[in-house]
Amino acid sequence: MQSALLTERKDQVIRNDKTTAVDITCDKDSAAGAISQRACVFCGSRVVLYPIADAVHLVHGPIGCAVYTWDIRGALSSGPELHRLSFSTDIQEIDVIFGGEKKLYNALIELIERHKPKAAFVYSTCIVGIIGDDLESVCKKVTKETGITAIPVQSEGFKGNKRAGYIAACNAMARLVGTGDTSNIPPKSINILGDFNLAGEIWMIRKLYEKIGITVVANITGDGRVDDIRRCHGASLNVVQCSGATMHLANMMKKEYGIPSIRVSYFGIEDMADSIYAVADYFKDEEMKKKAQEVIRQELAEVYPKLQEYKKALHGKKAAIYVGGAFKAFSLVKAFRLLGMDVVMVGSQTGTESEYRELQEITDEGTIIADDSNPLELSSFLKEKDVDIFVGGVNERPIAYKLGVAFCDHNHERKEALAGFTGMLNFAQEVYSSVLSPVWKFMPRKATTQLEQSND
Amino acid sequence: MTKMPKPNYISTTNACKLCKPMGATLAFRGIEGAMPFLHGSQGCATYMRRYIISHFNEPMDIASSSLGEKNAVFGGGPNLKEGLKNVTEKFNPQLIGIATTCLTETIGDDVPMILHQYQSSSKTGCKQPMLVAVSTPSYSGTHMEGFHATVRATINAVTEETVDTEPCSINILPGFVSPADIRHLKEIASDWNIKATILPDISETLDGPALAECELIPHGGTPIESIKKMGSATATVEFGRSVADENSGALLLSEKHSVPCHRLGVPIGLRETDEFFSTLEAITKTPRPTKYSEERGRLIDSFADGHKYVFGKRAIVYGEEDLVIGITSFLAEIGIKPVLCASGGKSGNLKKAINSACGDLLKEEPAIYEGTDFYDIEEMAAGLSPDLLIGHSKGYQLSRKLDVPIIRVGFPIHDRLGGQRILHLGYRGAQYLLDLIANALLTKKQDDSPVGYSYM
Repeated sequence: MQSALLTERKDQVIRNDKTTAVDITCDKDSAAGAISQRACVFCGSRVVLYPIADAVHLVHGPIGCAVYTWDIRGALSSGPELHRLSFSTDIQEIDVIFGGEKKLYNALIELIERHKPKAAFVYSTCIVGIIGDDLESVCKKVTKETGITAIPVQSEGFKGNKRAGYIAACNAMARLVGTGDTSNIPPKSINILGDFNLAGEIWMIRKLYEKIGITVVANITGDGRVDDIRRCHGASLNVVQCSGATMHLANMMKKEYGIPSIRVSYFGIEDMADSIYAVADYFKDEEMKKKAQEVIRQELAEVYPKLQEYKKALHGKKAAIYVGGAFKAFSLVKAFRLLGMDVVMVGSQTGTESEYRELQEITDEGTIIADDSNPLELSSFLKEKDVDIFVGGVNERPIAYKLGVAFCDHNHERKEALAGFTGMLNFAQEVYSSVLSPVWKFMPRKATTQLEQSND
Repeated sequence: MTKMPKPNYISTTNACKLCKPMGATLAFRGIEGAMPFLHGSQGCATYMRRYIISHFNEPMDIASSSLGEKNAVFGGGPNLKEGLKNVTEKFNPQLIGIATTCLTETIGDDVPMILHQYQSSSKTGCKQPMLVAVSTPSYSGTHMEGFHATVRATINAVTEETVDTEPCSINILPGFVSPADIRHLKEIASDWNIKATILPDISETLDGPALAECELIPHGGTPIESIKKMGSATATVEFGRSVADENSGALLLSEKHSVPCHRLGVPIGLRETDEFFSTLEAITKTPRPTKYSEERGRLIDSFADGHKYVFGKRAIVYGEEDLVIGITSFLAEIGIKPVLCASGGKSGNLKKAINSACGDLLKEEPAIYEGTDFYDIEEMAAGLSPDLLIGHSKGYQLSRKLDVPIIRVGFPIHDRLGGQRILHLGYRGAQYLLDLIANALLTKKQDDSPVGYSYM
């Protein structure tokens, strides 16, 4: 395993021995030449803002940045679908020389006329940061002329990693917050932050909150709408799931409007139930708490017996996790435990030291914990721990399959809803159908292991 | 009609092209023991990996110099050197293929000089990989230009002094075709006793078997030893009617090493394949193996079997210019009427090349657009009442809207399995395409029929 690890990365991988305190290096730039699984600042902004469905999302840059992020999220909309189009200024050499502001202005005017969006987000890319186009002034001019708010997103790719992009996205949204009418928002109201409506997840979450008497003001950003974000400061509470992505906005709203926030997770039945209780507890409403219990009881009665069936089949199987944000990893560890499985490796692209400390607390002895890993390390972990299933995103998938390991896609491109009670059932079903598939028996690596075992 | 008719065309919506460094990484992946390396910020490498993985379902490692803000200001030299060192240490590549991005082109990094410094300061005695650099600013041209420029740069850097011409040895520069296409070319060469150097060769590196051990760099690719000897070949055959002279590897081999060059269209369909086979006959002075005369005969036989189901159908063809040219020419052969040929590329040759490839088979010239995007393709499609679309996955939305089938060819295919196994080339490729097209039209007819039918 040491051979897979670059010398300068040795402090970024630890093994849980339960006795020594976590001493992991994280939140630093990826080593050059390390094939990091990370993306860039632009990517961070794009994934957060992308699901706002009635805004134009214009990428000011060369064509690649727009194309590689075209409709890659499974973020569904119940209405407009502007977010699924890929707009770009397609910067050319001549723009690099003479500046791209004029082109950006023309593009914005053209797209606003053509699509009549509620707002326009303009993403800055590496090259724009270098040639120094003034997005702020172009956006100001366009806003004035068209009446449609154009917002610059300062997301030059090289200015940090994905986390910096989350901050830039929150800063962009903060410009909308506070500009809408809040007069008819009831006191028992929340904003849902950090859910992106992959495969319709936010619709299920919203329904659960509404069942206990809560009004949801804004979805930020899954199935998101500009006008909802404008008035979301009228809500009483911010309920934040993907905290890496949207906690910054929640913090700003706390400072500006005094709106408190709670952190939740919708993944796994334990965390989902806790999320509903936490909101009910916040409003200190007995009726609401009773409703919450009732809702959760009903949902559990539906899924629990089925989950037990899966648990029987999956008991003792080994799982490895490598995801973008570490917060999601907590829920995944719990979810695997619910299925009777052991998590033997867990890592993230952008975790913080306290998150890794928490991971050490909730995982078993011997579990590998890794920050900003790469294919070479990941494949060596899979082999060393002989895992039965690997959870990750598209870039991780071929690593697993090549080595004959089952895989579950749990990043922002997934097409199956994995949140909430039904989502847990879907997750169990997906894990089950991958782990139990007969195809792994034919894979060279497994075939060799089995041969060795039968010779022993 | 090769220029867009609309004077206000400013922005790009849903591009029909990819960026230049993308093409470079794909070409480098087809060289044995090579590691593609992007000199830029981390996002470029991660995005392109993800995009390529979704088509090939194969690991695709691309190293990055992971530039941050400081590097953007003070230059990326130190990171590039650090990255090269790390890649050499961990992956032990035979060659590192370095492509620039918009960021490093604009900050003005002198890559050849940095590489020179790196090489002269590297420890002697330690085996150092060959370094090949190509300039691929993403704000000019498309991925196809990046691809061809990389092939040419590789030939320029690797090919050694000519010795005696080796009899019956041919260089084939196939352009960006599928692994299945490359396998077919290898089979043809082998059946003909031709010693072929196919550059690049992605047949194994991007379509490899399941493994017992993970490979640091996937096996396969054009052997560097063969590239060294390309100057001694009997002839070079290069596919692509849109390839500009300054990007032509065949011309370079002819200028530098006096290897006679044959620049042909991509052998898609009957006549373009005929031309390829005749060229091989002329070079080798031996007739084609019987196997291929028979394949040709069977293809023509099936033209008769299928002609009624395809005749007069109206098709929209889109994608990379050379694929569009080849497919259009094939459609003309079987009596399908191409009504729109569109590409995001802008070689200036598309119209001329289509007319010359189709000869007198086209009764009416289709609308031919270069430098276009899917917004325009969709607008134009509305008035053309097409029966089918032929191109990559990105036409999916349009196909749904128009309720016509899409025949998936080229790259990217990321909403279906098996993009890497699509055979486009040769008589066999034409046979496969004919069956695919005719059956898609039959399916549509059956689906639309109120009673359905079973016999043809």
